[in-house]
Amino acid sequence: MRTLILLLSFFAATATAGESLIVLKDRLGKNQVVAQCSVCHSLDYITMHASILNRAGWEKTVGKMINVMGAPINDADKRIIIDYLAQNYGK
Amino acid sequence: MVGRRQFLKKAAGSLASLGGLSLLQRSVFAAATGAEESAILDALPGKEALIKKTYRPPNYETPVSYFDTPFTPNNRFFVRYHNAVIPEVKVSEWRLHVGGDAVRTPLELTLEQLRKDFKPVEIAALCLCSGNRRGLFQPHVPGVQWGSGAMGNARWRGVLLKDVLAGAGIGKSAVEVSLDGADSGVLKTTPDFIKSLPLAKALDENTLIAFEMNGEPLPHWNGFPARLVIPGWTATYWMKHLTAVNVLSKPFDGFWMKTAYRIPKDRFPSGQFSSQETATTTPVTEMVVNSLITNLANGQTLSADKPTEIKGVAWDGGNGIAQMEVSTDGGISWHKATLKQDLGRFSWRQWHYVFEPKRTGEYRIMARATSHSGASQPLEPVPNPSGYHHNAVQKIIIQVA
Repeated sequence: MRTLILLLSFFAATATAGESLIVLKDRLGKNQVVAQCSVCHSLDYITMHASILNRAGWEKTVGKMINVMGAPINDADKRIIIDYLAQNYGK
Repeated sequence: MVGRRQFLKKAAGSLASLGGLSLLQRSVFAAATGAEESAILDALPGKEALIKKTYRPPNYETPVSYFDTPFTPNNRFFVRYHNAVIPEVKVSEWRLHVGGDAVRTPLELTLEQLRKDFKPVEIAALCLCSGNRRGLFQPHVPGVQWGSGAMGNARWRGVLLKDVLAGAGIGKSAVEVSLDGADSGVLKTTPDFIKSLPLAKALDENTLIAFEMNGEPLPHWNGFPARLVIPGWTATYWMKHLTAVNVLSKPFDGFWMKTAYRIPKDRFPSGQFSSQETATTTPVTEMVVNSLITNLANGQTLSADKPTEIKGVAWDGGNGIAQMEVSTDGGISWHKATLKQDLGRFSWRQWHYVFEPKRTGEYRIMARATSHSGASQPLEPVPNPSGYHHNAVQKIIIQVA
C-alpha cells in the first residue's frame, strides 16, 4: 500500500491535464493497466500501438517495461495486463 | 522532480491553450496508422498547438504545413522525450559537469562561464528524429508512430564541445564521450537517457553545446538551458538540458546505446561508430538523403486554370543537396525543381517547382532529392526493426479539376 501511494504521488506529479481525457476500453484488466502503466507514461502509448502489436508484440512490450524499464509488476498482474492489451488493443 | 506548484502551473497552461484548438482541428495528420487514434492537436505551455502523439513523456510533431519557412519557429518546433520527469532548469542552479575516467581535469561550468570563456559559434542545422516517419512503415513497427513532422531547421548558437573538452584535457585512453541531461525516468529503476559519441565526433569542428536557437534562448521543451547539437547526425544524440559530458576510456554500455537506436549493419551508407558496432548492428548516426513536399496533401484538388507551385524541403547528413526532382506522372518522367538559398550543408534546403497541368484528372506527385555525394532517395523505405531512416520518395495523389 505504501508503494502504491508512493507511485500514485509520482503519477500526480508528472501527469498532464490532457491525458485525463484518454479513455481505455472498460474491460477486465483495465484497473491493473491504468494503475501500473500510467505510473511512468500516459495511456496514449497504448492506443498509439493499437492494431500495430499482436499478442506476441504486447508480451514483448510488457516484458520490456518490466525487465528493461524497471516497472515493478508482479507475474499475476503481468498476465492480466498482457491479456487486456492483446484482447482490446491487439492486431 | 516536478513540484506540486509547478505541476499546477503546467496543468493550467495546458487548459488555457485548449481554447484555441477548435480552429486547428483540421485533418493535418499524415496517414500514419493506428497513430491517428492517439494524435490530436494540443499545445504544451509556451508552444503553439502541435500534433500530440503522447502526452507523457511529451512527444509532439510539427504539422508539415509549418515547414514553409527557412527556419522552424521555436514555438512550432517538435518535442521528443524518452522519460517523463523533465525539471524546469534554473540557470542559477545549472552546472555542466565535464568528467569521466579519461579526462585530465574535471570541470564544472556555469552558463555564464560557457558563454564568456569560449568562442561563440552559430550554425544552421536540421534537427531530425531518427524515427521520423516511423508511422509510414509497412508493416508497422512499434515505437512513437511519427508522421513527417519530427524535425525542424534552426540556427543554433553556442560553443564548440571540443573547446570545452580541451579545457578539461582529454586523456590518451579516451574512446567515447557520453552525454547526460537533467530529465529522468519516474522510477529509479528506469535507465536514464544517456548517449555517447565517438571521440572524433565529439571533437568535430561542428559539434556544439548550444544555448540559443533562432536567436533566442532554447525553449524549455527543446533543452533549456543548453543542449548538444551534432549537425548531420540524427537528434537522438542532441542531448537536451545537458548536465554532464564524460570522456570515457571504454564504450558506454547503457540501454540507450547498447540496445536502442540501432540499425542492422551494412543496410545504410552511414556508420562511423566502430566502438559501438556489434557483429550485426550499429548505432543510427548520420541522416540519410531525404525530402518532403510541404504544401500538398493526398486527395487535394487543384485548379486547372492556373499553375501551382509545389514546395518542399530536402536534406542529408552534411554533403548538401545537389539536385531536387519532381514527377507529376508517378515517376515516369522527372523535372528539375529550383533549389532556394543554400543556408549551409547541415541545413535543409527549400525547393519549389511550378506545376502546370495540361489536363484535368488524377496526378501522382513525387519528389526525389540527390545529395552531393550522389546518394538519392529509394522508392521504398529500407526495412529495419525499429523504423529508422525512412527516406522513401514521397507519393501524393491529387486531382486537377
